[in-house]
Amino acid sequence: MIELTTALYASVIAIVIYIIICSVRIFLGPTVADRIVGFDTLNTMVIAGMIALGAAMFETLFIDIAIVYAILSFISTLYIAKYLEGGGS
Amino acid sequence: MSLPILLIFSFLIISVVFNALGTIGLHRFPDVYTRLHAATKCTTFGTIFMTFTVIAHSVRLYVITEEGRFLNMAIHTLLALVALLVTNPTGAHAIARAAHIVGIKQEQAESVWFLTEKDELREANLQQTEPVSTDESSKSSEVK
Repeated sequence: MIELTTALYASVIAIVIYIIICSVRIFLGPTVADRIVGFDTLNTMVIAGMIALGAAMFETLFIDIAIVYAILSFISTLYIAKYLEGGGS
Repeated sequence: MSLPILLIFSFLIISVVFNALGTIGLHRFPDVYTRLHAATKCTTFGTIFMTFTVIAHSVRLYVITEEGRFLNMAIHTLLALVALLVTNPTGAHAIARAAHIVGIKQEQAESVWFLTEKDELREANLQQTEPVSTDESSKSSEVK
């Protein structure tokens, strides 16, 4: 039987691989909006990975950092989208 | 294997699988809107199930050991879930709106964009801007 902590570490490794694949989209994306989509996906993946790592290590601090990261990435996504709206017209 | 552990493992597997599907969809779909559809929905769902995993894990350990720090972690993860639910769809909406306003077209010409008769966001923007841009955009839409 697999320990749950081991499974959480394995999921963290899987999420890190997904983050690398998402960053490929950031480099490849033909338009700016594609890069923003990749960046937004990457931010969500980082939040998931931080929560899983916090549960695996039993550090509540990591989950607090995940909350702050969620809010800050939301603000950055909103302002990049706002910039894209204003810059195109 | 007892029932709570089975539940936690199934949550974790759902989370990892849906995050993988979102990442694959980010690369397989042709344009911004479909990529946004795949990436945002799948990763939000997957991350929600990751928080469910951690909450169930912490509550189980709290029931077993009755130490306060496990309940503390469950409550903090619940707060992370609330922050994620509020921020993630709003950000996706902002990206889609910005891409539509800038005028990024869909990849295939026969898809939804050109079959749609009514585009309320574009009409609302045209009423705000000058009539010069109205002529230009109507001409370009006729050409397409």
